[in-house]
Amino acid sequence: MALSLKKHPMPEQAPEVRAHNFEEVALGYDEETAVAEAERCLHCKIPQCRKGCPVGIDIPEFIAKIKERDFDGAIAKIKESSSLPAICGRVCPQENQCEKHCVLANKGEAVAIGRLERFAADREMAQNRPVEPIHYADDAKKVAVIGAGPAGLACAGDLARKGYRVTIFEALHTAGGVLSYGIPEFRLPKEKIVKKEIANLEAMGVKIELDSVIGQLYTVDELMQEEGFEAVFVGTGAGLPRFMEIPGENLNGVYSANEFLTRCNLMKAYQFPKYGTPIRVGKKVAVVGGGNVAMDAARTALRLGAEHVYIVYRRGEEELPARREEVLHAKAEGIDFRLLNNPVEVVGDDKGWVKAIRCIKMELGEPDASGRRSPKAVEGSEFDLEVDTVVMAIGQGPNPIVASTTPGMETNKRGNIVVDPETGATTKPGVFAGGDIVTGAATVILAMGAGKKAAAAIDEYLKNK
Amino acid sequence: MFKILEKKELSPGVFRMVIDAPRIAKKTQPGQFIIERVDEESERIPLTVADFDREKGTITLIFQAVGASTELLAEKKEGESILNLVGPLGKPSEVAEGIGTVVCIGGGIGVAPVYPIARAMKEAGNKVISIMGARSKEILIMEDEMRAVSDETIVTTDDGTYGIKGFVTTALGQLVERGEKIDRVYAIGPVVMMKSVADATRPLALPTVVSLNPVMVDGTGMCGGCRVQVGTETKFACVDGPEFDGHLVDFNALRTRQGMYRDMEAEAEKEHKCRIGLGRDS
Repeated sequence: MALSLKKHPMPEQAPEVRAHNFEEVALGYDEETAVAEAERCLHCKIPQCRKGCPVGIDIPEFIAKIKERDFDGAIAKIKESSSLPAICGRVCPQENQCEKHCVLANKGEAVAIGRLERFAADREMAQNRPVEPIHYADDAKKVAVIGAGPAGLACAGDLARKGYRVTIFEALHTAGGVLSYGIPEFRLPKEKIVKKEIANLEAMGVKIELDSVIGQLYTVDELMQEEGFEAVFVGTGAGLPRFMEIPGENLNGVYSANEFLTRCNLMKAYQFPKYGTPIRVGKKVAVVGGGNVAMDAARTALRLGAEHVYIVYRRGEEELPARREEVLHAKAEGIDFRLLNNPVEVVGDDKGWVKAIRCIKMELGEPDASGRRSPKAVEGSEFDLEVDTVVMAIGQGPNPIVASTTPGMETNKRGNIVVDPETGATTKPGVFAGGDIVTGAATVILAMGAGKKAAAAIDEYLKNK
Repeated sequence: MFKILEKKELSPGVFRMVIDAPRIAKKTQPGQFIIERVDEESERIPLTVADFDREKGTITLIFQAVGASTELLAEKKEGESILNLVGPLGKPSEVAEGIGTVVCIGGGIGVAPVYPIARAMKEAGNKVISIMGARSKEILIMEDEMRAVSDETIVTTDDGTYGIKGFVTTALGQLVERGEKIDRVYAIGPVVMMKSVADATRPLALPTVVSLNPVMVDGTGMCGGCRVQVGTETKFACVDGPEFDGHLVDFNALRTRQGMYRDMEAEAEKEHKCRIGLGRDS
């Protein structure tokens, strides 16, 4: 049988159906499809795919096990390197990571590594097997992890497996960070996937203290000097929303993407009034930005009943930073892309509500030194797009609350924590950091990779202490 | 889970709850607030900490049942629990000795958040003059508590049923008229009241601090739902405040943003009353 150059397609909900519900869009492989896809893997002698995985999963080995129908063996192999495979299989940008390096990608489509990872993880999760709890030594050392997002969860999982007593401090009432408040239900189911993965971590022996804002409730120094933690990992993410600083941004109907998505995902505002948190979505919505967060916000607005949703982005199609798959999903659902347009003002009515977003047309100049074509405004080309809701999804910065209350821990001029890239060690002894708080907004898997790296470095540090 | 140790109705629809929350009690300072969520389906709402007892490990919340979420909280009984309570949040009030004479103005339920500030100012050795305003005598709260921490306490009622007839600004005007040397004014209450105090003190160049209560979600600076216009800058009330220079706050914009969900709040309240079996016959 000739080798197929295409991936086995992922079954998904039809666009016209899914645009009106919050159910997961992609439905996952069944066993037969997974085995057939696994058979596409050539088992290269020197597997390139592993280079692209930030946590170094033994990809050919787990795929070989799927091919042999040893599904338990496959997930066991993945879990040697990854703490949250059901999540990563869904949200990793595999096209820029493992699948980018697959030799098949040169001729056709890469092996669907992400889909296979998801298959193995989902199959195991559906079996609800009890988690083996860790038996701690009496003199096990205590480590504090600040932030229950991907970096913190990965760091905590690895440290617990190494025998440390780990407590995660989380500011919100639910753990998961961006997995809970940011990425929508239709891409990453909360009850079925996120909560279960976190519950498994707790069953293993990781303690999670919710409603705990470090910097207010305890400082890092207090955790180390008074609460008995011998090392601290800071994984507080990039949770500070940016606004454009244009007139009219404080009008009613203007949201940051963080607020819009938090109301919907964490507070379940899409089930208002059964759930108490309201969300305001008009008939016409403009989402400003071109990243994954913008796609999530636009597709969420559609599902909340908006009749027309625009993506307003200052560069062109080629430059959209969002995953290609998300852009295609959004287009299939009917999102209207207004590229090479930049907002200059949010226009309000006399009652203080949004009625339009004023944009200026842009054109791309020659590539600069970095090879990026910078957009320039076309003079006199302003026009109004009539909308009643605006969501700003132009990026996030680091929340300063932990850094500003931790003397001796250096930050750079953007407010990100300065670390040794090899170990995640900050300038303060015993304190490590990783994920978006160090790199600025990046991906779930890079944050997990940083969490794992820091866990290894913390282990090393505490052994030598 | 956070247990409700005491519950009392101070005036119609206004409740005082003492809650077991040792971690928060240990750290709270005057001017700070908490965010609570009653149960799994509730929204998160901010409430100022009206009092705290570090030894007993308790904090006191005072709130008015004005919508679905506060009504749900008001239905909780002594011995029952609140699901989530996060805090302390926001910046503490700048309390110091040697400020001089501090006038603490509380409008309506705003007396509750003003009380810990007045107490701390008094403990720091300042002269505290308190002005408590209410629509009518029966809705006045915390009079004894305020008198206990103030050198002088003035009560005003809109309808003249108790104290001076008029608004808190009437009483403030009388203080100025009698030549009282005022070094700082705190004004907490409805937006209209804070605005009128700020308007009254601006021409006199009297430093005036107000505590703002915009809509909030997380309360930790991650969403900007609580953003307010202060001078030429946009600030997040949850982390930059909630206290700001009253002379710089755009109160009209604050009122507009507070009304963003008004119709939905009415819908939620109706839904809530249906669920608890009220209002079915009406």
